[in-house]
Amino acid sequence: MDIRLPDADPTDAEREAVDAVLGAPTSRWHGGARDQWQHDTHVGHGGRAMRQRRTELVPALQALQSRHGWISPGGLRYVCERLHVPPAEAWGVATFYALLATAPRPRRVVHVCDDIGCRNRGARDVIAAATAVAGAHLGHAHATAAEGDAPGHPAGDAAGSATQAPGWMPSPCLGLCDQAPAVLVTDAGAVPEERQLGGVTDDVIRALLTGAAPGADALADTRVPQQGDASLVLLRRVGVVDPTSLAAYRDAGGYRALARALDLGAEAVIAEVTASGLVGRGGAAFPTGRKWDAVRRQEATPHYVVCNADESEPGTFKDRVLIAGDPFAVVEAMTIAGFATGSTKGFVYLRAEYPLAHQRLHGAVEAARAAGLLGDDVMGRGVRFDIEIRRGAGAYICGEETALFESIEGKRGEPRTKPPFPVQVGLFGKPTVVNNVETLANVLPIVLEGGAAYAAKGTPQSTGTRLFCLSGAVARPGVYEAPCGTSLRALLQQAGVSPRLSAVLLGGAAGGFIRADETDLPLTLEHARAADATLGSGVIMAFDDPDDLREAVLRIAAFFRDESCGQCVPCRVGTVRQEEALHRLATGAPLGGVTAELALLDDIGRAMRDASICGLGQSAAAAVDSAVRRLGLFATTAQ
Amino acid sequence: MTATLIPITRPARTSRPPVALTIDGRTVTAEAGVTLLAACRAAGLEIPTLCFLETLTPANVCRLCVVEVEGARVLVPSCSREVEAGMVVHTNSPRVRHARRLVLEFLASSVDLSTTPGMAELLVEYGCHPERFGASAEPQSTAERAAVGVGHHEPPDTAHAATVAQPVLRDNELFVRDYAKCVLCYRCVQACGVDHQNSFAIALAGRGFAARISTELSVGLPDSACVYCGNCVAVCPTGALMAVPEFDLRAAGAWRPEEQAVTDTICPYCGVGCTVSLHVQDNVIVKATSPFAHGITQGNLCIKGRFGWQHVQPEAATASTAPARAAE
Ligand SMILES: Cc1cc2nc3c(=O)[nH]c(=O)nc-3n(C[C@H](O)[C@H](O)[C@H](O)COP(=O)(O)O)c2cc1C
Ligand code: SF4
Ligand code: SF4
Ligand code: SF4
Ligand code: FES
Ligand code: FES
Repeated sequence: MDIRLPDADPTDAEREAVDAVLGAPTSRWHGGARDQWQHDTHVGHGGRAMRQRRTELVPALQALQSRHGWISPGGLRYVCERLHVPPAEAWGVATFYALLATAPRPRRVVHVCDDIGCRNRGARDVIAAATAVAGAHLGHAHATAAEGDAPGHPAGDAAGSATQAPGWMPSPCLGLCDQAPAVLVTDAGAVPEERQLGGVTDDVIRALLTGAAPGADALADTRVPQQGDASLVLLRRVGVVDPTSLAAYRDAGGYRALARALDLGAEAVIAEVTASGLVGRGGAAFPTGRKWDAVRRQEATPHYVVCNADESEPGTFKDRVLIAGDPFAVVEAMTIAGFATGSTKGFVYLRAEYPLAHQRLHGAVEAARAAGLLGDDVMGRGVRFDIEIRRGAGAYICGEETALFESIEGKRGEPRTKPPFPVQVGLFGKPTVVNNVETLANVLPIVLEGGAAYAAKGTPQSTGTRLFCLSGAVARPGVYEAPCGTSLRALLQQAGVSPRLSAVLLGGAAGGFIRADETDLPLTLEHARAADATLGSGVIMAFDDPDDLREAVLRIAAFFRDESCGQCVPCRVGTVRQEEALHRLATGAPLGGVTAELALLDDIGRAMRDASICGLGQSAAAAVDSAVRRLGLFATTAQ
Repeated sequence: MTATLIPITRPARTSRPPVALTIDGRTVTAEAGVTLLAACRAAGLEIPTLCFLETLTPANVCRLCVVEVEGARVLVPSCSREVEAGMVVHTNSPRVRHARRLVLEFLASSVDLSTTPGMAELLVEYGCHPERFGASAEPQSTAERAAVGVGHHEPPDTAHAATVAQPVLRDNELFVRDYAKCVLCYRCVQACGVDHQNSFAIALAGRGFAARISTELSVGLPDSACVYCGNCVAVCPTGALMAVPEFDLRAAGAWRPEEQAVTDTICPYCGVGCTVSLHVQDNVIVKATSPFAHGITQGNLCIKGRFGWQHVQPEAATASTAPARAAE
């Protein structure tokens, strides 16, 4: 394929940043400099080997982004030349992700959380302060590129953007709801820096926007409210064992599970996981043992293990705590999954907004590899397995397993149609097991104690313990571990819930609201289902102010509209129509009366649920629906 | 002379035995590996489709073709789901009709469907009232649309329903791009890419309601990789992509397809010998296509076969003067 490239040149800094990810160019055909003899003009690589490099597209674009703070036309050209990706496709990818900019942005951008968990914990004030210091947010300066009738490139020069004053952007949930209000600071440059900060005050945001150094990451000291509780299983080591030390992890019992798994053999490991009754903690609650078994049996090779750490469901932050607080556990569990399913390669898809978790996990992978716990001969037992970390680029939809594959493959995060399912046709078209971080963390106790012992905890249908993300109107927000079957009320009380509790968002934006008088619900899949609710990703967000609640519903509707990939009509347009109807209701301007609007919302919701391609569209009306039906919100037009 | 039309036949994929399934209460036997849509059509049932085209990989994005399969949690797109033995399928159940109605209303309330063949009838058949979402918003200017980023959007205007209305792009002499009519069916992208042309001049850009068909950096077609084969124009189901003569004739109110004679001939330009269907109105060639069911072209042509007919127009009419002539 001969591709036509944009007429723009990369800066030297952009070349260096891209080369650091892709390696040096091998010929002039692939972007090598004209004046270097080793860059032969005539050597072109194409075909399969070149096409396989498409998977490096997003990392290369990220390198440009963190060098100058945006992807310039010259930078885009260079990446296309290097990877032989058609520029229109690379542009499609660059414009898909919220954390990639295709117009100049300042060197520092502060992403201010403007989502349900932070809005009622001070985010409004932070945003007001940010606006006072730095003016309107950058979101709408995103694409200054003129449309085709006025051809041209975005204005601005790449290097020049570094001199601009810091700017800010509103952000969806940053996964730091226990430390609301939260921000993510990104500093582009030769040594890019990223920090997540919690408990942000006016003073902090002012300092950040006037260029002050951001200080330590909010996760630097990862703690959980139940720290020291001897009954903890998944959170046992978090805040207790040094997450940067392999030796400390081993002293605390680490890598005993892998050793035991290697002794047991792959089939027996899967049998234990199946016997444990473990189901996925990522939201869909699929039995993990069955998934592993299905992948193991596939004839097509290679097989892949993918750890889904995209965690972008508003209100969810448990995977962040697990990775930042116990990164070796994730590495060990993935290795067991790889061994059991006959995979030699694993990917962790980690959401971009978690810089410290990335650093810790990267450290853990490196340390494990150096110690022979990853690589060609794991534990000297002739087992091959290694892990590559991929970072998201700002797209909730990439948590959907097939969108995640597309993203790793260097494409827009558009979900695939199922069937075929990932266990048959997954990453790079090969059998793939995708598991949530927490699901994997459960594998360690299962292998150590045996599936039956694990299944003794919880209820017969919902075994083991689960992590819950408590936030909102509670005195002690954070990640809590509790056996399945614990009542919602008990957990809320443990976290110090507000006495004026009016409703709880259970399961996240894709879950639903329940009333304060329904909190005796035992937290199991079967009880949730019977109550027409869902545990989803373990979100428990408490509300004690009716105004906050209405605003949360509006925000959830906006969230789904923002995060829809746009592929299918029911979700692309349905999320817009749903948000419009809610705003009409909320502002007291219903079209044809409240009853007609509620009927319209119901019509929209049913079509999205029934006809959308993926879980995003299928659940985009769930929280709205529960707010209307269970809480009776919007039944009268207030204000 | 008419070329022999060879129906598109795919090599048999498997030696799997035929499967029996129930569609709307009737037992139907279908070849293994065919889609539900094919099985329904073979059984004489009409299913509405929009993004599906026989010559392209199913994108299954419009969701107009959904049917209900018993036991499935959600509706399934018939255009891409393969038949399975024992499936019990309902093609016209209340659930199916509701989803189709809403899909049609979503489209009709956000996109200009005035040149989508068959759409008016479908909107009536499914009892659609797109106006129930509110009055259409004013068209956005090019600059406004270009400023829409990914992520947080401005709160909706409570008096209007958002649309994709926007100015027509006319940046070359051969065809226009009127994305106010675009339903994002992905057909043009597939035709330009691996399915047919392998030029990759256009792709999806942006996300959500702001997703759009775009060249790199939104440059005009002359600055892109476009080779003006017009294969995207041929597959566009809505008229968003339209050759200039048709666009101008429509604008002048002089496009009269019912009066057009369509003559199949062989393109004289090169030895490939593509079959070309010339659409002639008032003795002027107003459009050139190739049959989708043609075994060789599968509906595709190159710039010459698609647009290069000026030399046989009366009085050497050029592409730009031909419409004016035909409108007389
Ligand atoms: C829109 C959407 C977003 C999702 N986000 C996540 C996520 O961030 N993390 C996750 O583990 N699963 C997420 N899922 C669920 C995954 O598709 C998949 O079911 C899960 O990763 C499987 O792992 P498990 O079986 O261990 O739960 C999401 C699903 C949808 C539809
Ligand atoms: S449901 Fe929404 S997010 Fe999922 S594929 Fe459709 S448009 Fe994309
Ligand atoms: S005319 Fe051909 S090359 Fe140009 S955009 Fe359309 S399909 Fe692609
Ligand atoms: S321009 Fe036409 S073919 Fe392309 S996506 Fe839009 S409606 Fe489909
Ligand atoms: S971090 Fe702000 S809502 Fe989650
Ligand atoms: S025709 Fe099947 S989804 Fe569009």
